[in-house]
Amino acid sequence: MTPPAPPRHGVAVHPAIVVVLFAAAIIALLAFVLAASGFEVAASLAALVRGAVGSPYAIFSATLVRATPLILTGLAVTLAFKGGILNIGAEGQLLTGAALASAVVLSLGPALGRGVLPIAMVAAALGGAACALIPAWLRQRFGVLEVISTIMMNFVALYGVGYLVRGPMQEPTRIYPQSSTFPDTTHLPLLLPGSRLHIGFAIAVVAAMLAWYLVRVTAAGFRLRVVGANPQAAASAAQLDVDAVRLRVFLLSGALAGVAGGVEVTGVTFALYENLSPGYGYTAIAVALLAGLHPGFVLASGIFLGALQAGAAAMQREAGVPLALVGVVEALIILAIVGGRALIDRRAPRAAEVGT
Amino acid sequence: MSDQVAAFLEATVRTATPLALAALGESIAERSGVINVGLEGVIIAGCFGAVVGARQGSVAAGVVAGVAAGVAAALVFACFVVWLRTDQIITGTALTLGALGLTGMLYRAVFGTAGAALSIPTMRPLAVPVLSAIPVIGPALFQQAAVTYMLYAAAAGTWWFLARTHAGLALRAVGEYPEAAQAAGIRPARVQGWAVLTSGALAGLAGASLVLAQVGTFAEGMSAGRGFIAIAIVALGRWRPLGVSLAALLFGAATALQYLFQSTGTQLPYQLFLALPYVLTLMVLAASTSRGRAPAAMGRRDLGVW
Repeated sequence: MTPPAPPRHGVAVHPAIVVVLFAAAIIALLAFVLAASGFEVAASLAALVRGAVGSPYAIFSATLVRATPLILTGLAVTLAFKGGILNIGAEGQLLTGAALASAVVLSLGPALGRGVLPIAMVAAALGGAACALIPAWLRQRFGVLEVISTIMMNFVALYGVGYLVRGPMQEPTRIYPQSSTFPDTTHLPLLLPGSRLHIGFAIAVVAAMLAWYLVRVTAAGFRLRVVGANPQAAASAAQLDVDAVRLRVFLLSGALAGVAGGVEVTGVTFALYENLSPGYGYTAIAVALLAGLHPGFVLASGIFLGALQAGAAAMQREAGVPLALVGVVEALIILAIVGGRALIDRRAPRAAEVGT
Repeated sequence: MSDQVAAFLEATVRTATPLALAALGESIAERSGVINVGLEGVIIAGCFGAVVGARQGSVAAGVVAGVAAGVAAALVFACFVVWLRTDQIITGTALTLGALGLTGMLYRAVFGTAGAALSIPTMRPLAVPVLSAIPVIGPALFQQAAVTYMLYAAAAGTWWFLARTHAGLALRAVGEYPEAAQAAGIRPARVQGWAVLTSGALAGLAGASLVLAQVGTFAEGMSAGRGFIAIAIVALGRWRPLGVSLAALLFGAATALQYLFQSTGTQLPYQLFLALPYVLTLMVLAASTSRGRAPAAMGRRDLGVW
């Protein structure tokens, strides 16, 4: 390795200024994209704010409901990235988890009622982990870049669900590409009566706390961080079994994303169908990076991006702005973070970075 | 039966064309040490550019606009990865996310929701005299849209550039050992910048071929993972132009199988065939990554200045 390039004096600016500049740039770009596409900027942004935080309904039944799968998948990505694994497959792991949870609820639900929910969640976690096992094994055994293999798994999972809801799991009338609707007695209990907020949100909060504890306090979390920060040092100096740590992190990440799918089908959609996730697994990358890969902050960034999605849905309803805008904003956030950090790093070069 | 084989081969080359174009471009970028995981986003930008251009009335305008859109998307990537030296994989992921969203949004804004009925001029197959008369493979290789012939030229040109020119040698040096290249008076970041832009032009052309020679319209997310498949093709083709082109044919065949089985009226679920290219990618990566050797400096962020 060569010594890092000497810092450039021309870009030596305070980090806070960079953050503010990038925030301003994002809003300006958002306004620009809206204006360039021919939408009323002020009215669109007003609809966005109303839909996200404008009423108790917006907050509890829209924003927090959408934040739930984002927090869980965001945690999945956070733990993976922290362990040096670029898991872009949360979307496929979520779908696999949703499919397995649906199968459990539909087969055992009528007999067990709510008692089926813990079993469904375990099945969802196992499904997500199984979906992560293939890329994990391919990486370990053949050195396959997990970025590509996890994305391929996303497509495989999507077509797999597409097959299930038109084949073995299709509803009895065989008209719609979806499973039967779950019995009322198997829905996740509501957290807040009168709203759509289910206890999945509480599950997500507890998961974030546990992940925080795991990473910060436990020995396993320390191993995860060491392997993620410097695998060579972890193997030589710390005598860690790097492959074993990576495998566990990958499976745990998949399991969390799988639970997100299980929570989504039992708390929101009450049936399995292809488009049940509007790309939660991809948004999860923005959630994780926005939180600086800190499990606690994932709660905040998940709620923020949940609000953005809820607001974007309102913007589509009220101002006709396509939902695809969400992807643009998420990309801008990710670019702003990596770009901003690169500018700061030029001032004070650091060795350990995500994904290097 | 021979009709079906001929149709299968023709479909193989047709569906392989955008994959091969994108993979050739990606191989150039990777030989310079930059892995562009945002290739998917560059392709969808090319698709959108091609539709906008073709709406002006000509296929040529579609091709030019597709290439221009691809270069523009690659320029964004280059600014972050080559100039700011951000993480290549995360930046590429963001580029894909953003380009998929932006094209979907602009498409609705510009053409409205009734986009499926959008009619644009498309490329018709052009038969090359004599060559297209070769039995079986003649029509498959030489009765294709003009963009497939551009692919042949691009593959030959890439080989010549990488293997026979000083600039190509400089590019490979940067991808293997940037310090040595820099000591020899080459500016690594500048070489990488041009490599990324070239790959953007080819991926934009790939998007244009998808729109103009295959689908005939635009649909949100129509690139459907081709960018990621192209990255796998680069590894399978061992970063060499000829190998990459042959690997793309294999994937074209996997996709063309759908048409063959549909015409034979099989009872197998069609999702199986839709998933086939992605499963094949996984298997191919497993088989090829451990043996092929990637450019040594690929993904490195610590190289010198402009």
